[in-house]
Amino acid sequence: MNVSFTMAGGLAERVDQIFVTLDHWAVAHTPGPLQWLVQILLIVVPILAVFPGLFALTTVLERKGLGRIQNRYGPNRVGPYGLLQPVADGLKALTKEDLVPRTADGVVHYLAPLVIVVTAFLVYAVLPVGRNMTAVHLNAGLLFFFAIGSATELAVFMAGWSSRNKYSLLGAMRAIAQMISYEVPLILSTIAVIMIAGTLAPEKIVLAQASYTGIFPHWYVFTPWGFAGFLLFMTAAAAETNRSPFDLPEGESEIIAGYIVEYSGFKFALFFLAEYLEIFAVSGLGITLFLGGWSAPLSFLAVIPSWIWFFAKLMVMICTFIWVRGTLPRLRMDQLMNFAWKFMLPMALVDMVCAGVWRFLPGGALWSVLRWVICTVIVVVPYVALARGLQMGKKVEQRVYRYAEEG
Amino acid sequence: MLGEGIVKGLFETARNFLGSYVDKDRLVTVQYPEERHPLPEAARNFPFLLYDGDDPEAGLRCVSCHICEKECPPRCIYIEKSTDKKPDFVGKPQFYPARFDIDVSVCMSCQICVEVCPFDAIRMDKEFELSTDDRFGGLMWTKKELSKPNEYYQKIHPVEAAETDARRAEDVEKAKAKAAAAAAAKAAEVAKAAEAARADDEGAGKEPSKG
Amino acid sequence: MSRDLMMDATGNDERLAPTYGAGQHRLKAERESQILEVSIGPQHPSTHGVFRMDVKLDGERVVQLKPVFGYLHRNHEKIAENGSYLAAIPYTDRLDYLCSMTNNWGYTLAVETLAGITVPERAEYIRVIMAELTRFQNHAGLVGFLLQDMGASGTPLMYAFREREKILDLFEAVSGARMMCNYLRFGGVRVDCTPEWMKETRELVGVLPRFVDEFERLLRGNEILMARTQGVGVLPRELAVNAGVTGPMLRATGVNYDIRKVDRYGIYDRFKFRVPLGEHGDVYDRYMMRVLEMRESISILEQALKEIPEGPVQDPKTKLRGLRPKAGEAYGRIESPKGELGFYLISDGTMNPYRYRVRSPCLINLTILEDMCLGQSVADVVVTLGSVDIVMGEVDR
Repeated sequence: MNVSFTMAGGLAERVDQIFVTLDHWAVAHTPGPLQWLVQILLIVVPILAVFPGLFALTTVLERKGLGRIQNRYGPNRVGPYGLLQPVADGLKALTKEDLVPRTADGVVHYLAPLVIVVTAFLVYAVLPVGRNMTAVHLNAGLLFFFAIGSATELAVFMAGWSSRNKYSLLGAMRAIAQMISYEVPLILSTIAVIMIAGTLAPEKIVLAQASYTGIFPHWYVFTPWGFAGFLLFMTAAAAETNRSPFDLPEGESEIIAGYIVEYSGFKFALFFLAEYLEIFAVSGLGITLFLGGWSAPLSFLAVIPSWIWFFAKLMVMICTFIWVRGTLPRLRMDQLMNFAWKFMLPMALVDMVCAGVWRFLPGGALWSVLRWVICTVIVVVPYVALARGLQMGKKVEQRVYRYAEEG
Repeated sequence: MLGEGIVKGLFETARNFLGSYVDKDRLVTVQYPEERHPLPEAARNFPFLLYDGDDPEAGLRCVSCHICEKECPPRCIYIEKSTDKKPDFVGKPQFYPARFDIDVSVCMSCQICVEVCPFDAIRMDKEFELSTDDRFGGLMWTKKELSKPNEYYQKIHPVEAAETDARRAEDVEKAKAKAAAAAAAKAAEVAKAAEAARADDEGAGKEPSKG
Repeated sequence: MSRDLMMDATGNDERLAPTYGAGQHRLKAERESQILEVSIGPQHPSTHGVFRMDVKLDGERVVQLKPVFGYLHRNHEKIAENGSYLAAIPYTDRLDYLCSMTNNWGYTLAVETLAGITVPERAEYIRVIMAELTRFQNHAGLVGFLLQDMGASGTPLMYAFREREKILDLFEAVSGARMMCNYLRFGGVRVDCTPEWMKETRELVGVLPRFVDEFERLLRGNEILMARTQGVGVLPRELAVNAGVTGPMLRATGVNYDIRKVDRYGIYDRFKFRVPLGEHGDVYDRYMMRVLEMRESISILEQALKEIPEGPVQDPKTKLRGLRPKAGEAYGRIESPKGELGFYLISDGTMNPYRYRVRSPCLINLTILEDMCLGQSVADVVVTLGSVDIVMGEVDR
């Protein structure tokens, strides 16, 4: 590991590890029998404070960002530049009447938002937010992430079923079909990373990328298989979390408003919170796997603390999600499915092959150039072929129009 | 089908996003009520009655001819003619409206009453911040609420007001000229009658002086 | 979708002879647990007004669709028959409330035919300018709404409305109101356009092509848009002609019928413009028809603004009040942005029309909705409805 702390030397390192130091100090200063409690609290409370705060910021950012894309201001009345808007929204959600349909299954209806929020929070335990700043060190951290993350689909089903409403059930069916279909490319695109890094623990994957040649980092996104894998991962992540252009389950302009149609007030807010938390979590995992986690993009920028880099990259990902939302119309259900099974799954498999070829080609100056060429070809050719293949039978193309003859 | 259309679309939105910070054309919101979009001169909302001078009763131009009431498409105007007359701007005695009500909740701002009025008595206002919490009386405007001075009209529709004022000044001139001509003709008649009377008198007066 | 659901009482498969109209397809066996009946509307973000569709779904596929309208019926024809001819003009503004200038023109054309009124040349040019501006802003708004229905979260809509606002500002400067303009009169227009207004319009028309380019760049090659609209809501050519469909919907199926070219009302024969034609009759073709017609409108506007002469804008012989056309009947029709808008008037010599009837293009175009939507999924129904371009004020009158 070649992480250089220039100039302020020890100061940069101390700022970088400030939270770890605080954590050790607090634990050391509590009496022995209570130390386990303080340790747990010091992991749980920051997560519960930071990420919902980020959620609040993201809602404002999204509305203002979409507004600027659409040539208008976003909200700008509540607080300076509208930044207190989430407070107003939260108050509104809290003071709304909580309607539960009479024929709904009360217990399940109540539990569904709780389950989804709890599982959304649980996955943050394995994300390396900074150097030495992973909440729980698990050797199979990635496995844990995907296992718990898939439990959100259960909560979606609980919400749809318990509402006793045929529209919400249909919406829930669509949502679950979409989420399950996109789990496969999501996980397969990470297999390449696991193969190359050789470990399932996220913090070790970051360490494998945190080295530099000259000033350029060894992030996996700067390799052909890594770039393809990153795009696949983020597309599947958008579909997993019902984010535009895959937000058909919660599309407002369809008849079926989705599985959350019977929820009002704070439970509705909890579903939204869970959706955004999932977006942050899966973006965080994408950053960990492909974008080098908390490492700086250029070696001399490592003076800036690692947790700042992580959150900066997270903000870039969020802004990209907002950007894509403001541009694209949404896909129809069957097109979504086609896309997942007929395009992304084969591409994920091709990506794995490409990663393997990259890893096992011999070293040396000539081969290092050749392996770029070979791996790029391995990725691009199936991409073009599959894209053409998606069109088959539908003949989707740009058309040329004729005009009537002057008469 | 390779995704280049999507990428082009993304560039277009990025251009709008960044442009909204530098280009006025890409951020078109007018932050009402702090900023207001200026209304063009011809803008119209609801009608109002015009009066000349300071007294809204004496200077009211409306002569209660009921033409606007007849032509109004949703029939939102209700007029009651007075029993006496008052002089209008050229001095001719005319009726005036004892009651002139417009139900603004029915009025559809079509401006036909303005077009058909032969006396320049009713014009369109531009005022649109008219919310009231009185559901019944608040939107039924009587003569008192509808009467506004000519100076107000000149302020909101300067070009139209200038044209109307010029025309009415001409009418006043013509009326004055006519009155002057009539007065002159009358004076000439009186003079002629006096002449004839004096001639008679002289003819008649000659004899008594003889005797 | 099993075929036995589509058979009628005599055992024939009704789909082989498609009929249109509300609920003509009878279902032989409605298996309650499989057919889902959904009512889309009348309060719905995507139904373009108060419009309801009773849709029967088999899974995701539509097996029956009954349009239900009348929620915005306002007795327009009866009101016009009770008032004078002049009093009906502001009510025609409110028929297709997005396109008031063209509605006025249809009605004044009918009355001018009935009463034998001529229109001076400058007024004809002004009418053409207003009609083409109306067409542009209607098509811009429609394309924005179509994409909004497809979930593009408002971005194309905001761009379209940005341009539409500029046109509405022009309308306000000349007639006093942005949408309910009440601008055309029998024998011309109400007031003349000032030279400043002409200058502003010329500047705007110079800027508009850039907007259409930007719009096309945003959307034309967009794969998601193409995948969602091509092959969706197909309307075959014969069915369109038989059903009386007109306007861009008809031209998207390939039938060359534009009333501006057929009737040559007004002075349209003096302008050079092309009529775009589609081929497949699906939603993508209808969308592209409107985009291409926007470009043609710009071309007509440029020609009209260049050639417009000076002169009076109203026929001096026509009285404003008390118009009493001779007894007779007349049908005046124009190419409104939605299709053929026609006004049928019967006069009996008095101040009120004896019969006043509006041939509404949106209503006629809407009758074919079921045939376009059968066998497609619900998301496509919304998109297809958006491409028909209905405004409920005109459907219900």
